[in-house]
Amino acid sequence: MNWNEHLPALILIIPLFGAFIAPVCSLGGKTARNILLVAISFLTLIVAFMLWRHVLANGISYYVMGGDKFNLSLPSGMALPVRIILEVDAFSAFMALCGAIVSFAGALFSVNYMNRFTGMGRFVSLYCLLTAGMIGMMVTGDIFNFFIFIEISSIASFGLIAFWRDKPTAIEASFKYALISQVGSMFILIAAGALYGRYNMLNMAAIGSVLKMGSMEKLVLVFLVGSLAMKCGTFPMHMWLPDAYAEAPTGVTCLLVAVSQASLYGLMRVCFSIYGATMGSSFIPWMLIVFGLASMFFGVSMAVVQHEIKRLMGYHSVSQVGYMLLGLGVGLLVLDDARAMADYGFTAIKGGVFHIFNYTMYKALLFLTAGAIYYATGKKDLNEMGGLARRMPYTTFMFVIAAAAISGLPPFNGFVSKLLIYESSFAVHPFLAVVALVTSVLTLASFVKVFQTAFLGPEKSSLAKVQEVPAAMLIGMVVLTAAILGASLFPSWTLSTLVEPAARALVDQSGYIGAILGGGM
Amino acid sequence: MIGNAPFFVVGVLFLMGLLGIFMTKNLIKIAIAVSILGSSVNIFLVALGYRTGGTIPVHFLAGEGSTMVMPTPQAMTLTAIVIALATTALLLSLIMLVWRHYGTIDVDEIRRLRG
Amino acid sequence: MRPLSVVVRTGCDIFAWFLVIFGASIIIHGDVTPGGGFQGGAVVATFISLLLVAYGGKKVLSWVRLNIFNSLLVFGLMLFFLLGIMGFPNSFFYNFLAIPHEVVQASGHGVIPPSGTIALMDIAVGIEVAGGLSLIVLSMFRGIRIFREGPMEEELGHDR
Repeated sequence: MNWNEHLPALILIIPLFGAFIAPVCSLGGKTARNILLVAISFLTLIVAFMLWRHVLANGISYYVMGGDKFNLSLPSGMALPVRIILEVDAFSAFMALCGAIVSFAGALFSVNYMNRFTGMGRFVSLYCLLTAGMIGMMVTGDIFNFFIFIEISSIASFGLIAFWRDKPTAIEASFKYALISQVGSMFILIAAGALYGRYNMLNMAAIGSVLKMGSMEKLVLVFLVGSLAMKCGTFPMHMWLPDAYAEAPTGVTCLLVAVSQASLYGLMRVCFSIYGATMGSSFIPWMLIVFGLASMFFGVSMAVVQHEIKRLMGYHSVSQVGYMLLGLGVGLLVLDDARAMADYGFTAIKGGVFHIFNYTMYKALLFLTAGAIYYATGKKDLNEMGGLARRMPYTTFMFVIAAAAISGLPPFNGFVSKLLIYESSFAVHPFLAVVALVTSVLTLASFVKVFQTAFLGPEKSSLAKVQEVPAAMLIGMVVLTAAILGASLFPSWTLSTLVEPAARALVDQSGYIGAILGGGM
Repeated sequence: MIGNAPFFVVGVLFLMGLLGIFMTKNLIKIAIAVSILGSSVNIFLVALGYRTGGTIPVHFLAGEGSTMVMPTPQAMTLTAIVIALATTALLLSLIMLVWRHYGTIDVDEIRRLRG
Repeated sequence: MRPLSVVVRTGCDIFAWFLVIFGASIIIHGDVTPGGGFQGGAVVATFISLLLVAYGGKKVLSWVRLNIFNSLLVFGLMLFFLLGIMGFPNSFFYNFLAIPHEVVQASGHGVIPPSGTIALMDIAVGIEVAGGLSLIVLSMFRGIRIFREGPMEEELGHDR
C-alpha cells in the first residue's frame, strides 16, 4: 500500500497512539517516557512535512475514514459526501507543519523542564492528546468533527494548564479558561447543528457548495466568528489568554500558541471556504479588522506595563493575533473584487499567512526562553533579574533573535510579513497601517525593556550560581531559532514555496469544494 | 406552532445557562449552569433530528413504520454528552482544588490573577 | 464519607452486581440497539460509585487498586486503536469484518446483521469507559480525602 495516500490519517494516528500508550510506557521509567514523548512528536513532524510535500505536489488530498477506499467520498448513488472526511489543502498542511514544529520543540524542552515533577505519565498523555486535537482541527473537513477536535484540545489544555495543582493561580487560570472555552464550544455546536438542520450535511465543502445567505446563516456566521475569535484571544474576549499562558508549564505554553492558531485556522476556514464570496456584505470583514486593530493596540499597551515575563509575552500574543486578523480581514474584504484582490488583497492574505508562521515560531521561542530563565533562576519577575547575558549566553542569543523578529526589525522574518500587512492595509485606509506601525514600535519598546532588565545590567548577587540550561532544552530552542533564521535569510524562497500556495489555497473556494464533490468514483 | 415548542425550550434553557454563568457567584452553581447550557444544546440537536411519527433508525427494528428519525443528530448528541461529562468532571475537580487553596468558592474572593 | 446503615449496605450487596450485568448487556448489544460502549460503560462504572456511597470511601479504597482500572482503560483504548489500524490498507477504521446484507439474508441465520468491527469497537469502548469513569470517581474521592487528612505536598513532588 502507498503510505502517501494515508498521510492525513497517519498524522492523527501517531499522536493519538502516543496518548494511549503513554500510561503503559511510563511504567518503564523516566527514560522510556521521555523517549516516547520526543519520538512521537518527531514522527508527527516528519509526517506533517511529508503531508505538506504531498499536498504541494499533488493538490488537495482528502481521506475518508472507514471508507472502502481512502478516496471514496461519494459512494455509489450518493449525491452528498458521507462518513468522516479529512480534507487537507495547502493551507491546512502549512498550519499542520507549523503546529508540528512547535510541538516537537515543546516536547524536547519539556523533557528536562518537567524532570523534577511527578505525574509525568499523565503529562505525556495529555501533551500528545493536545497535539492530536490541534492537528485534527487543522486537517478535518467536517464542521462537527471540528467541534470534537476543538473540545479534545480544550480538555487536554485544561488539564495541562492546571498541571501544577499546588499553585492556586494555575487552578484559577485553568478554571477561567474552562468556563470561557465551554461557552464558546457550545456556540460552535449550536452553529453546527443549525447548519445541519438547514442543509442536512456537516461536510464543510458540501455546505459551502449550496450555501445561500439568509438570516439563519447570518446567525451561524456570527456564532462561529465570535466563538472562534474568542478561542484565539482577540481583544474583548482575551482575558483568559495571558493567565493561561503565564500559568501553564512552559513546554505547554509553547504548544498552546499553536493551538490558538488552530482556532484562527478554523475562523479562516469558515470565512473563506464555507461562506467565501456568498457572504455578500462587508460587515464580517470589517468586524475582523476592528477586532484586529483593537487587540493589536490594547494588547500591546497592556503588555508594556507588565513585569512578570510570561504574562508580558501573553499580552503580546493578543496583539500579534491582531496582525493576522487585520491581514486576513483585508483579504476577506476584497474577496469578490478581482481587481482589488490582485492589487492588494492577495498581498494582505500572504502577509497574514506568513505572519501565522512567523508568530508561531518566534512566540513559541520567546516562551521557551522565558521558561529557560525560570528553570535556571526560579524567578518570574523581571525586577528580580539582571545580568543573565553572561550566565546564559545561548539563551540570550536566541532571545535576541526572537525579540528582533517579533518587533519587526528589518533582516528578520517578522519584518517581511509586517511589511506585507502594512502595504496592503494602507491601500484600504491609512489609519489601519498607522495603528499597525504604532503597535510595532510599542512591541519593540517593550522587548527592549525585557532585554535590558533581564539580560543586561549589573549582576544580582542572588543570581550568582545561575547556569546555562541543559542540552535538550537548548535543542528545543534551536529548532525554532533555525526556523526563524531560515525564514529570515531566504524570504523570497519562503514566500514562494511556503506561504503562497497556502494563501492561494485559502482563497480558492471552488477548489476546496470541488476536491470533495468531484472526487467520487 | 406547537412543533416549534422544543426550540423555545432550548432558547430559554440556553439563556438560563448563560445568565447562570455570568451572574452567579458560587462556583458550583456556575458548573451547574455550564451543564444546563450543554443540555440545551443537546435538546436542540435531538429536536432537530425528529420527524413526526418517526421510528427508531435501525432497519430491522423499525417494524412497519417507514419514517425514521434522523440518526446523525443523535450520534452528535451522544458525542456531545461524552464531552460534557469530561468537562463537568474536570470543572468539579478544579472547584475542589480551588476550595483547597482558597477556602472559599465565591468568585469575588478568588481574584489572585489580575491585570 | 461514612458508611450508611445496614439496610442500604444489604441492598447494595444484592443489587450492585446486577448493574454490572446490565451494563455488560448494553455494551454487547451496542451495535443493534440504542446504547453502546459509552452508555454501558457508564452503567458499569456506577457500580463503584454505589459501593462508595454505601460503604464509605476508606473501605472501598482499601478493596480496590487504581492500577486495575488504569489497565482496563489502556487495554480498551489499545483494542479500539488496533481495530482501527487493522482497516489498513483500505482505510483507517475500515470495517473489515462486515458481511454484506444480502449474504446474511441468503444464509438465513437470524435477522440481525453482523456488524463486524462495530460490535468489537463497542466492547473496547465499554471496557475503556468502565475503567475510566471508575477511575474518575475514585480519584475525585481521593482528592477530597487528600485535603481533609493530610498535607497535599507529599503527593506532588513539586518543589516550589
